[in-house]
Amino acid sequence: QLGREHQGITLRGSAELVAEFFSYGINSILYQRGIYPPETFTRVQKYGLTLLVTTDPELTNYLNNVTEQMKEWLYKCIVQRLVVVISSIESGEVLERWQFDIECDKTAKDDNGPREKSQKAIQDEIRSVIRQITATVTFLPLLESACAFDLLIYTDKDLAVPEKWEESGPQFIANSEEVRLRSFTTTIHKVNTMVAYKKDSVP
Amino acid sequence: MAQFLFEADLHGLLKLDTPIPNAPPARWQRKAKESGPGPSPVGVSPMKPANRSHSSSKTPSKTPGKSGSKIQSTPTRAGGDRYIPNRSTMHMEMANFLLTKENDPAEESPTKKEQQKAWAVNLNGFDVEEAKILRLSGKPQNAPEGYQNNLKVLYSQKMTPGSSRKNSRYIPSMPDRILDAPEIRNDYYLNLIDWSSQNFLAVALDNSVYLWNHLSGEIIQLLQMEQPDVYISSLSWIREGNYLAVGTSSAEVQLWDVQQQKRLRNMTSHCTRVGSLSWNSYILSSGARTGHIHHHDVRVAEHHVATLAGHTQEVCGLKWSIDGRYLASGGNDNLVNVWPCTQGSGGDFTPVQTFTQHQGAVKAVAWCPWQMNVLATGGGTSDRHIRIWNVCSGACLSTVDAHSQVCSILWSTNYKEFISGHGFAQNQLVIWKYPTMTKVAELQGHTARILNLAMSPDGATVASAAADETLRLWRCFEMDPIKKKEKEKANSVKTSIIHQSIR
Repeated sequence: QLGREHQGITLRGSAELVAEFFSYGINSILYQRGIYPPETFTRVQKYGLTLLVTTDPELTNYLNNVTEQMKEWLYKCIVQRLVVVISSIESGEVLERWQFDIECDKTAKDDNGPREKSQKAIQDEIRSVIRQITATVTFLPLLESACAFDLLIYTDKDLAVPEKWEESGPQFIANSEEVRLRSFTTTIHKVNTMVAYKKDSVP
Repeated sequence: MAQFLFEADLHGLLKLDTPIPNAPPARWQRKAKESGPGPSPVGVSPMKPANRSHSSSKTPSKTPGKSGSKIQSTPTRAGGDRYIPNRSTMHMEMANFLLTKENDPAEESPTKKEQQKAWAVNLNGFDVEEAKILRLSGKPQNAPEGYQNNLKVLYSQKMTPGSSRKNSRYIPSMPDRILDAPEIRNDYYLNLIDWSSQNFLAVALDNSVYLWNHLSGEIIQLLQMEQPDVYISSLSWIREGNYLAVGTSSAEVQLWDVQQQKRLRNMTSHCTRVGSLSWNSYILSSGARTGHIHHHDVRVAEHHVATLAGHTQEVCGLKWSIDGRYLASGGNDNLVNVWPCTQGSGGDFTPVQTFTQHQGAVKAVAWCPWQMNVLATGGGTSDRHIRIWNVCSGACLSTVDAHSQVCSILWSTNYKEFISGHGFAQNQLVIWKYPTMTKVAELQGHTARILNLAMSPDGATVASAAADETLRLWRCFEMDPIKKKEKEKANSVKTSIIHQSIR
C-alpha cells in the first residue's frame, strides 16, 4: 500500500534529476581530467558521495546556463545527446569525448500520472555512474598538455536556436577507443554514458 | 655537418687500436653469449634470498664511445637518404593510399543511403544526421595562464629532493633482506601477507601459504589449496600467533593451527571471495566481494554470528581497533565505515561513521596505537590521498596528497610516525611524521606496485610485498639503543614500585 508521501517521477521531476546529474557529472570530469586546477574545486555531498564542484564563478555561471537550458529541453523531450569534448589548447586536437545519450519516453508527455520508481533507486544508479566516471582515470591516457572543454548538445532538427547558442560540428576523435559505462534511467529519461579517447599512436 | 662525420670516419679507419672486425670472439664475449639467452633454471623456491646477479651481457665496450662494427657503414638518418635528408614532414602512408586506391565509385545509390539512415535511427534512436548540434557561446576562460595540466605530475611523481630531516635518525635506504615471492597475485584488493606475534611472516602465493621465520630464516609450506583454480585472497594471524585465518577465492574462511600444521575449521558463510580479515580476540571478521562483512565466533559451531551490510562493492580494507571497540572497513565503493562492536537497539549493526571523501577504493585502513579513536585511511589510484580521522567526532583531522595509489598504511609503535605503501610510478614506501604530516623518508626499490605491508612484532621492521614478486624487509623503525634502554628502564621502574607496595 503506497502512502501518499510516495512521490512518483513526473516528467518535470525527471528532467530536473537528469539535468542535475549532468551538472555534477561535468564538474567531476573537469576535476578528474585536470581541465581546471584542483584547488578551484570544492567538495559537496550529493548522491551519498563526496563530489567536487568548481568554485570559479564564471565557469559556474556558464554551467548553470547550460543546465537550465537542458532542463527545459529534457522536459520537452527534444534533446538527444550531451557531449563533453576535451581538446588540447595548443593543437586544437580533440583528445577525449564524453558522450551522454538520452532516450526520452515521449508518452510521458501525454499521461500525467507519475511513474513508479523510488528516488533512492535512481540515486543509486546515478551514484554508480559517477563513481565509474571517477574510476575511468585508471585507464584513460594521460592528458599531457593543457586542455579546454566544450559542451555540445544534440537537439531535434526543427528546434529554434535560442539566443546565445550557436551551431557547431560534432568534433569527433579521428582514431578513437571507446568505453561504454553504466546507464541509469528514471523510467522517463534513460542516460547512456560512453567515453571515447584518442588511441595511443605508439604501439 | 657532413664534413665532420667524414673526418671522424677517416680517423676511425686510420686508428689501429680498434677491435678487428672479423676476429674470433673474445672469452668475455663467449661467456656473455652463453649466459645471456634464458635465465638459468634454478629451482623456484619462494622466499629464498633472490639472486641479484648483474646481467652479464652489458659488458663495457672497448673503444671509447663507438662500437667497433659500425665504423665502416655511413651513418643513417631516420628514414632519410642523401636526396631527401628528412622525411618526417611527408605523409608517406596517405600519399601511398591516394595513389593506389581505385577511383571512388559513383555516389552511393539512394537505397544504400536509405539503409544507412535506417541503421542510424535504429542504433541511436534518432537520426543523428538530422540532429542539430548546439553549444552555448560565451564559454568562460580556460584555466589561468601558467596552469599546466598536472595529471602527468599527479601520476608520475618524480622523487622529491631530499627533505631536510631535523630528526637525525638514520633510516637505511636499502632493505635488510629481499625474499622471493613467485606467483604472488597482482591483485590490489587482496591482503596476502601478515606477521605474527611469534615472528612468523605468512605469505600467500597464489594457492599456497608459506611461513617464514624471521629469526631462523626457515621456510615452511603451511598449506596448498586442493581444488584447482582456487587461490588465497587474505591472511590474518590471531593475536597469540598460534592460529592463522585464511580467506579463499571460493568464499571459505579457514582456520589453521600452525604448530600442528592442521586445518581446524572451514567456515563457509560468504558466497564470494573473502578479500579481507581481522581479529578481535575470538571474533574473526571477514569482508567479501559482495560488500558484506561477517563476524565469526571461532569457539562455537554456529560461527556466523553477525552480518554487516555497509558496502556495495568489495571490502578490501578491514581493521579492528586496538581496544576492540570499533571495526573500520574500506571498500571498492570508495566508502569508509566505522562499526561499533555491539549491535544497535534494533538488533542490526549500523556504522557510527561513514566517510565518503575518498575518490577511490579504500584498502589502506589503520588505527593509531598511541591516540584513541584516530584512524588513517588511504585511497586508490583515483584518489591518492591519505586521510586521518577522529571516529568519535567524524572530523577529518588531516589530509595529504600522496600522488600515488595507496595500498597500505601502518602506524609505528616506536616513533610518532606512520608508513604508507604506493604504486605507480615510484612503487615506494613513504614514512610520514604525525601529526605534522611531513615526509620523513622515502624507501625505493620495488620495481612494481606495492600490494601489502606488515610490521614485525618488535615494531622495528616493515615487510612490503609487491607485484615484482619480491618481499622486502625494511629496518626503518629501529629503536635507538639509548632510547630503548630508557624505555626498558621506565618499564622496570613501574614494576619495582609495584614490588615495593606488595610487602
